[in-house]
Amino acid sequence: MRRQRRLARDLWFRFLIYVAAVVALLPLSLVLAYTISNGWRAAMQPDFYLHFERPEGIPGAGVQHAIVGTLELVGMASLLAIPVGIVVGTHLAEYRQHRWATWVRLAGDVLVGTPSIAIGLFAYALLVAPFHHFSALSGAGALAVLMLPVVMRTTEGALLLVPVGLREAGLALGLPRWRVALQLMLRAAAPGVVTGALLAVARAAGETAPLLFTSFGNRRLVFNPAEPMQALPLTVFHNALTPYKDLEDQAWGAALLLVVLVLIVNLASRFALRRQLALAGRGTS
Amino acid sequence: MVAAAAPLALLAIVVVLAQQAWPAITHFGPRFLAGRVWNPVQVEFGALPYIFGTVVTAFLALALALPVGVGVALFLAESSRPRLRGAIGIGVELLAAIPSVVYGIWGLYVLAPWLYRHLEIPLNERFPNVAIFGGTPRQTSILTAVVVLAVMILPTLSAVSRDVVRAVPNGLREAAYALGSTWWETTWRVVLPAARAGIFGASVLALGRALGETIAVTMVIGNRPDIQPSLFAPGYTLASVVANEFTEATGQLYSAALIELGLVLVCLTLVVNVGALLMVRTVDRR
Repeated sequence: MRRQRRLARDLWFRFLIYVAAVVALLPLSLVLAYTISNGWRAAMQPDFYLHFERPEGIPGAGVQHAIVGTLELVGMASLLAIPVGIVVGTHLAEYRQHRWATWVRLAGDVLVGTPSIAIGLFAYALLVAPFHHFSALSGAGALAVLMLPVVMRTTEGALLLVPVGLREAGLALGLPRWRVALQLMLRAAAPGVVTGALLAVARAAGETAPLLFTSFGNRRLVFNPAEPMQALPLTVFHNALTPYKDLEDQAWGAALLLVVLVLIVNLASRFALRRQLALAGRGTS
Repeated sequence: MVAAAAPLALLAIVVVLAQQAWPAITHFGPRFLAGRVWNPVQVEFGALPYIFGTVVTAFLALALALPVGVGVALFLAESSRPRLRGAIGIGVELLAAIPSVVYGIWGLYVLAPWLYRHLEIPLNERFPNVAIFGGTPRQTSILTAVVVLAVMILPTLSAVSRDVVRAVPNGLREAAYALGSTWWETTWRVVLPAARAGIFGASVLALGRALGETIAVTMVIGNRPDIQPSLFAPGYTLASVVANEFTEATGQLYSAALIELGLVLVCLTLVVNVGALLMVRTVDRR
């Protein structure tokens, strides 16, 4: 009797674990399903990609300015954050035991968890207020601060996966330490570094809060980084909160674009990571 | 030199925000934190409703997400079906990848009306005298924000907990099985107690994420700086008020007060995150 009760309880909790897994996937499927079904209509029209904003009620409005803006903002932020992140990550992996390394690592992890709105305020104070106008450049600066710790930590992680023999071989051949680090280790860790960069790009592309008071948004198509610039998340945020039906459709369309972008980048990074693990001689778990 | 980029950025954020908020800090002093009135016209600023909204939504979201998160972590760490485990793992990772603003628009147009119809109205009608279900139910409410936040912190919670559960030495499990324990008894009496500190760390880390989440919450919480007990009434958080009002803030003191709210938020998450990371790290080292 007692044994049966124990087994029944075991079975019940095994079942509950499955329930938890399903419950966790439920929101993902709901968000994807509603974004696709609501964003489809706007995203299927060519105008959506070929025009920028038009006055309310005039057909043919699009989000071209936001697409261009997101690409430009994230591109500039990547140029700022990825090289620095790679260098810092390499440094951390190379001087692993150094007294400072622990602190740099902790700071990176804390920076990942710092509210993005605070990073927006920070960029505003440094890059907007002194110049008295909003600019895409300041938005890129805010996004770069967000991207830095992600690139840094994944670079370090990828370098640690590289077999130690490679490093020893390089040093045994008499190569200076910096050449071992940059030309041997970093090259062997390249797929993992790419993973980190892609994840950081995906994160930056979807961020709204740091852009609110830096890049600010723009109703027209601009390329000049010294001017305020629109971005896809800003379009979703502003248009979703308006009472107009076609702006709401645009918001859903822009949300769909963002989701597609993020999913593609994520899958690509997964592919790169698999290569890294294969190179390191470990299977995917 | 470059290696100091992350610590410098962190330090610079705190210093710059403190410097920008200085007019408000000196003008209001400590009563800024305890004030309940937020009236830009009369230049009266109190942060308490926002602190209340931030802390309440974050803790409730954690309470909602924790059982599911630990369940998923156990599934990911202990399930004997690698295929299914891989699929669920990818799903949870994608959940983390979806941008905040997409959760926001989904929460606003899909989740909020659904919760209103199927949870808020029935509970409000059945228990009109219970404080947390009282008041006039609204679609954009604390409840909606809590549910959206719970979804958003689930990946952090389950990923970190999974690593912690995996780190529990197999010898412990084998010993429990050898004594005749079932899987659940092993998990409940041996694995989870051994992973307790790490799961606590994961929870605090998730709490930090929930405290600082901005856009999704701003879109669904209703944006009213009240302190009241009902889950179905609108609220406001530190991050949301900064997001909504900062570009419209006129006057030095108003801007400074908003930046001070941002500073309070940064300090809050800083303490929470450093604590959580140190906790998770000690567990890793063991």
